[in-house]
Amino acid sequence: MIEITEDNVGKKILLSGNEAIARGALEAGVDVATAYPGTPSSEIADTFSKIAKQATKQNKDPGFYFEYSTNEKVALEIAAAASFSGLRALTCMKHVGLNVASDAFMTYLYVGCRGGHIIVSADDPYCHSSQNEQDNRYFAIFGSAPMLEPTTPQEAKEMTRIGFEISEELKLPILLRTTTRLNHARGPITLKKLQKSRGKGHFEKDPLLYTVLSTARARHLILLKRIKQAEKISEKSPFNEIITIGKPKDIGIVTSGVSVNYVKEIAETLNLNVKILKLGMTHPIPRKMCEKFIKSCETTVVVEELEPILEQQFKAIAYDIRSDVKIYGKTTGHFSRLYEYTPDIVAEGFSKIFNVKNPYLKPTPPKLKLPSRPPALCPGCPHRATYYAVKKAAPKDTVYPSDIGCYVLGKAPPLRAVDLLLCMGSNAGTACGLSVSTDQKIVSFMGDSTFFHSGIPPIIDAVHHNHDCVITVLDNRTTAMTGHQPHPGTEYDGMGRPAKLIKVEDVIKGLGVEQIEIVDPNNIEETTAAFKRALEFKGPAVVVSKSPCILLELQRKRIAGEEKLIYFINQEKCNQCKICIGQFGCPAFYYAENGSVHIDGTQCNGCGNCVQICPFDAIYKKEGG
Amino acid sequence: MSSKTSIVLTGVGGQRVVTAANILGKAAVNGKINVYVSEVHGMAQRGGAVICTARMGDVSGPLLASGEANSIISTEPVEALRNITYANKKTKVITDINPVVPFTVAVCGEEYPNLDDVFKEIRSRAILYKIDALKIAKDAGAITAKNIVMLGALAAVDILPFKPDVLLETILDNVPEKYREINKKVFNDSLKAIKKS
Repeated sequence: MIEITEDNVGKKILLSGNEAIARGALEAGVDVATAYPGTPSSEIADTFSKIAKQATKQNKDPGFYFEYSTNEKVALEIAAAASFSGLRALTCMKHVGLNVASDAFMTYLYVGCRGGHIIVSADDPYCHSSQNEQDNRYFAIFGSAPMLEPTTPQEAKEMTRIGFEISEELKLPILLRTTTRLNHARGPITLKKLQKSRGKGHFEKDPLLYTVLSTARARHLILLKRIKQAEKISEKSPFNEIITIGKPKDIGIVTSGVSVNYVKEIAETLNLNVKILKLGMTHPIPRKMCEKFIKSCETTVVVEELEPILEQQFKAIAYDIRSDVKIYGKTTGHFSRLYEYTPDIVAEGFSKIFNVKNPYLKPTPPKLKLPSRPPALCPGCPHRATYYAVKKAAPKDTVYPSDIGCYVLGKAPPLRAVDLLLCMGSNAGTACGLSVSTDQKIVSFMGDSTFFHSGIPPIIDAVHHNHDCVITVLDNRTTAMTGHQPHPGTEYDGMGRPAKLIKVEDVIKGLGVEQIEIVDPNNIEETTAAFKRALEFKGPAVVVSKSPCILLELQRKRIAGEEKLIYFINQEKCNQCKICIGQFGCPAFYYAENGSVHIDGTQCNGCGNCVQICPFDAIYKKEGG
Repeated sequence: MSSKTSIVLTGVGGQRVVTAANILGKAAVNGKINVYVSEVHGMAQRGGAVICTARMGDVSGPLLASGEANSIISTEPVEALRNITYANKKTKVITDINPVVPFTVAVCGEEYPNLDDVFKEIRSRAILYKIDALKIAKDAGAITAKNIVMLGALAAVDILPFKPDVLLETILDNVPEKYREINKKVFNDSLKAIKKS
């Protein structure tokens, strides 16, 4: 029994924001859930996967359909179709995933939904695990989507549950916008009753469901009417509330999302007398409630991470009602458009605005210089062997466009195998562009999940236009970085059922690529030779480097009861040439104080690739593990 | 009277710091205490620096301000110092004494500082408790249970708003049956180790 599926009404359990969203969907009887994994959203989908897998194992029906879709756009389209069929649907993605799904998203709002549909966008202020920190609240305004923004895991669950009802009332999908500090925060959750799902729905034909010309124009009008109706819901929503601290008179603070937590605690700590307008339904904002709030204030402070979206709306309302309220925020320089907020940042802003002493110690980093500790490719990671081979094969000035996944960690010295990165699939597109723009050699890299997600169209472009570049697919049999989710190249799906495995090399053959190299990167000599052939070929060459993620391999060994191998350096043979550290860069290697080179047995994962690169045959397998 | 307990849990990716933070949060729920925990995921799991926070009592969210920690527990000495900004003079900093040298030292020529200097600076800004977590875990027969050692040590320094037993029971509820005895030993040995120093 998984705790999250307990039907124990009123029980308090500790859940992350992501698990809470999944629980909220189960309490609303969700029928279809889809996702493409991406930090910080992944565990929403992983929770459905875990529940479904357990049910599959026991030959039971989990009560919902779940899939890790090929990409976010496909995920959204599948869930939208479920909604058109009258079912309740949930789609989860990270913020940049919504860029991929935006083509469907923008017109979906015109068409509108039938069964309730929640679209989760997990934003990542500070770029903890992302290539940008775009503020997806703009997508709600851009597409006219009702939007909810939870402050705590408990509220995330309630917003998801009630969001389905709002969605059905408005016939619009709801954007549930979260940030990392909500997704990956844990808090107490009070369980409500689980609802049964509906089984199969039925698609009712309606000419307004296909948007062409005249229907599109008609639909835009309907969308505007619906968003007007959404404003009425926002006015009455319990998610929008006024919290009073002390004995407030004419000072108001407007805030939403996780910032509410910092505002509340710091206002209490500073003994401020303020009223806090906490907005949970942030699009459309409750205009009348906001007007009334502005009228009751001489001073208003807007505290929101990233873009000044509430701030601009409050300024516009103040102008419309001819209020001369003073509005503090980003435009007055008290808060930043950059990064994630912290209690320190909010306290500093308040201390300046209210002219009070910051109650916290000044952030003081250590005096001692500490070594940086960035994440690295794991010891035994097959990507390291591929990169090492490429570096052996390619001329010095070669450009290495890369992509989104673990392999981007190859940017670190000594491998330095990442020169350029935009977004999912961009490695191959930029490789094509570089091949027409420079005479440099180009070797690009993408993972297997990225290949299926959005890596195929640029390969078609390369073949059609005969772009002279090498495109590498690092096929480690999983979506490693986000937590080992399956993808179209695995023989099982997100519900733990057998699935048709699509081979990367079969797709590439089908695309008409003439120079295809399929290698095992753990054979470094052959891999180097394959890259040399690919680089010599005039036109597009694709190298498929196939070896499972070392973490999966270790897991397999554990389950099979196989011993993990460990390697060591024979100090008599070691010449301290430093190739193992200075060129291969496995983090299990270290220098002792006398300069001799050693392998840390607790870190070595036993790939043995160092044996191949050592010119003095000084590395050996440890007997007996 | 409002009461808040803020704890920073830090270490290196792979040392199960996130698991420890999750167990601590569950223990608070079992002890009927309001709690929020924050975690790191994704990139930070590949051997990078890890920081989790847990806040209990009259708190609204998981993040704490500078100098607000009641305790910092670390499975690696340099990581304890890296997060010293959360400490004040009364903060109890509990750290394992066994360094994990990052690859940037061997590959990029960065320096891992002298451990005595690390401890000296922590001592100048907070109350330091050193513990050989690796040895305690090893002696109990579970080298990977360093995170449980740190929880045991935390339970020993009298800052948690619930009894050590609640934490131990929560730990045992969250490990597979066959590892329960080992974890119990690790926790109790650690509890005693800190009490002695």
